[in-house]
Amino acid sequence: MTAFVLRRLTQSIGVVFVMSLIVFFGVHVVGDPVYMLINPQADQKDIEAAIKALGLDRPIWEQYWHFLTGALRGDLGRSFIFGESALKVIVQRMPATIELALTAVTMAVVFGIPLGLYAGLKPEGVFSKIIMAGSIVGFSLPTFWVGLMLIMVFAVILGWLPSTGRGETATYLGITSSLFTLNGLSHILLPALNLALLKISLVIRLTRAGTREAIHQDYIKFARAKGLSNRRVVGVHLLKNILIPVVTVLGLEFGNLVAFSVVTETIFSWPGMGKLLIQAIQSLDRPVIVAYLILIVLMFVVINLVVDVLYSILDPRVRLGEGSA
Amino acid sequence: MIKFRQIGQISAAIFGLAIGAAAPLMAEDLKIGLAAEPSAMDPHFHNLTPNNALLSHIFERLVETDPAGKLVPGLAESWKVLDGNIWEFKLRAGVKWHDGAPFTADDVVFTFERAPNVPNSPSSFASSIKGKTLKKIDDLTIQVSTPAPAPLLPTELTNLLIVSKKSGDGAKTEDYNSGKAAVGTGPFKFGSFVPGDKIEMVKNPDYWGTKAAYDKVTFKPIKAGPARVAALLAGDVDIIDDVPTADIERLKKEPKISLSQGVSNRVIYFHMDQFREETPFIKAKDGSAIKNPLRDKRVRLALSKAINRDAIVSRVMEGVALPAGQFLADQFFGVSAKVKPVPFDLEGAKKLLTEAGFPNGFKMTLHGPNGRYTNDVKIAEAVAQMLTRLGIETSIETLPPAVFFTRASAGAAGLPEFSFILVGWSSDTSETSGSLKPLVGTFDKDKGTGTANRGRYSNAQVDQLTADALATVDDVKRAALLSQAVELAMDDVAIIPSHYPINTWGAKKGLKIAARSNEYTLVMGVTKD
Repeated sequence: MTAFVLRRLTQSIGVVFVMSLIVFFGVHVVGDPVYMLINPQADQKDIEAAIKALGLDRPIWEQYWHFLTGALRGDLGRSFIFGESALKVIVQRMPATIELALTAVTMAVVFGIPLGLYAGLKPEGVFSKIIMAGSIVGFSLPTFWVGLMLIMVFAVILGWLPSTGRGETATYLGITSSLFTLNGLSHILLPALNLALLKISLVIRLTRAGTREAIHQDYIKFARAKGLSNRRVVGVHLLKNILIPVVTVLGLEFGNLVAFSVVTETIFSWPGMGKLLIQAIQSLDRPVIVAYLILIVLMFVVINLVVDVLYSILDPRVRLGEGSA
Repeated sequence: MIKFRQIGQISAAIFGLAIGAAAPLMAEDLKIGLAAEPSAMDPHFHNLTPNNALLSHIFERLVETDPAGKLVPGLAESWKVLDGNIWEFKLRAGVKWHDGAPFTADDVVFTFERAPNVPNSPSSFASSIKGKTLKKIDDLTIQVSTPAPAPLLPTELTNLLIVSKKSGDGAKTEDYNSGKAAVGTGPFKFGSFVPGDKIEMVKNPDYWGTKAAYDKVTFKPIKAGPARVAALLAGDVDIIDDVPTADIERLKKEPKISLSQGVSNRVIYFHMDQFREETPFIKAKDGSAIKNPLRDKRVRLALSKAINRDAIVSRVMEGVALPAGQFLADQFFGVSAKVKPVPFDLEGAKKLLTEAGFPNGFKMTLHGPNGRYTNDVKIAEAVAQMLTRLGIETSIETLPPAVFFTRASAGAAGLPEFSFILVGWSSDTSETSGSLKPLVGTFDKDKGTGTANRGRYSNAQVDQLTADALATVDDVKRAALLSQAVELAMDDVAIIPSHYPINTWGAKKGLKIAARSNEYTLVMGVTKD
């Protein structure tokens, strides 16, 4: 398994390198950040001075070389906008996004799996039909609109929950998070629900499909014939078998949530990485964009690894490191 | 028993939630939702409105401006011009930094040294300092000399926040962001800065002027317009800036909300390629190349007449703008009372176009940014239709601001790339010299004129009048010279002004915030009914 993990990590270095090349040159083509950053009143000389200060006067390949040598030392450049290390700027915002993504995934599991199981076990029931129709709605409504509706209903009209921002944080076991305070929880509920809605629908459908398929398999019939309780048949034999696709998808979706919850973070002014990314793209803060995407690639590599390891736990037939990884 | 304890915990939790929700209603705290996020707490790091506005709470300037843009004493009690090239400033006595140290001329000297030299600054304050030599006379007197008479020197200093020498010596931007060096003289002290999340400030109880009415102020960047309005309606914030135009009518009817509005020092206008014989985005209707029609004043006037400014203001801007005829609205310094918005006159426009030799019109592309100015795309669409009715088939292409401004300023071989563009300009000095020099002054890198002249209009007379005005200390004479330059440029249709946007702030009932022409959102301007 160690060899498998190492091989995966080596492959990812190649991916990161190619990605940095594409992003670096891609962003360069898009436009010149100087005109976004500088005060409109600045004259030609100020503009030239700013171009020089940001190192944009040098040819692009030289800039890339400078970036690459820096990256090997762990320095991914300095944000044009914040004047601080791009990595620091991103890492600063990471906890907020991770707690949001975790909450959303937890909601997806807590609501999605039981509802999916129910719909799979009683496909003809009225409640099952309602669940499935609801999941279509969850799929099709745009996040932007749902977010605004949630704000309108729960914050503006009912006044139950705050509409914007992250709540107070507390430190527990060395981790600082807004999940540890009531105020924080009340702030995270709406954005997490907004993110989770689509994931819940996804998990419902996956679980239902898996259940429908597995319920007719021989091992389920055998388990029932053996006289096992329904609870044990569904809770152990069935669930364990249908969880594999759910875990894969949730793993990747978790990555997506961390990396690209741009819309939700913007609407709820959540001080996370997604908001930073969109801001960086709008103002062409190249070091932040590149550093961000490199981090994301690394994160996906790790998530894939974790998912593979989880497979082997859920399904003993899967052997890591055999065949092509 | 366990159950009872749980119930107790839950009710305590609910009670806690209720207190948390009630906290914003307490009078001494204020929460403000900002459309644009400041990038640093270093007042000399990034010379851009969001930063300059926010840091005005902690730091102060020698010369301040009132909501209308008029100069008022700040850290300098008074100033006078000694001999054409030298200004003397008397500093305010008894002002203390937040750390208790007294404010003296040394701090001003230090600020002048620091401001242009902040490392990694994406937009530095070098332009505010340029050409100024500072001399300390005594602890409370300084003299600023310039190579030529500089009537606008006090105005230019309204952009420069003064920092403490003691705290700022050797301090980097990071030290300001952490609060270590963020020691000012202003009505508020630095509280905390969490990038992307919030900025907190606390009252400075020893402030020299009118003390702040709030113990604690929290600024929250809320970029999405609808979310900002929702946050105000939900009571999560007490004040928001940049209320989206689409929500204004509704909020006016909302009893919990009060709005304040004021015309900004910005004009939305069209810049036209007037320097190329053939311009890349204008073709004959059959697609063949033609000579650049925009070099003909009659064509420019025809375009201006074909634009229905009242319709733009009432339909596209939903009433929150004024039709524009020049660079700044009527109340600003150096405008011409004679220049009025060009009235809508389609027939007259057609006649002019025929006279100029384009009876059948031509094909043109209008370029504009998407998301830089209020309703910019909708304005471009509306104007394209108006021009098409004149017989000029106008298609529009809107680009992300980052791309648009690069190409519009220096796209094709370092020259402006487009033929006809929608842009905006705000005069930072709130007088027309701040528009004439960069927008219609002849493009000249060495003189620093025409820096934003993306149409490369050039008129020696306008240049001369502007230069004379910028060297005239006497306000009355300067205003006369400036209005003359404005009249000339507008008579030439150097640019086509569309409208002056009106800025709108929203506050919960019982509060009112002063609408400032420079778009700053300042707690000092908040009053209670």
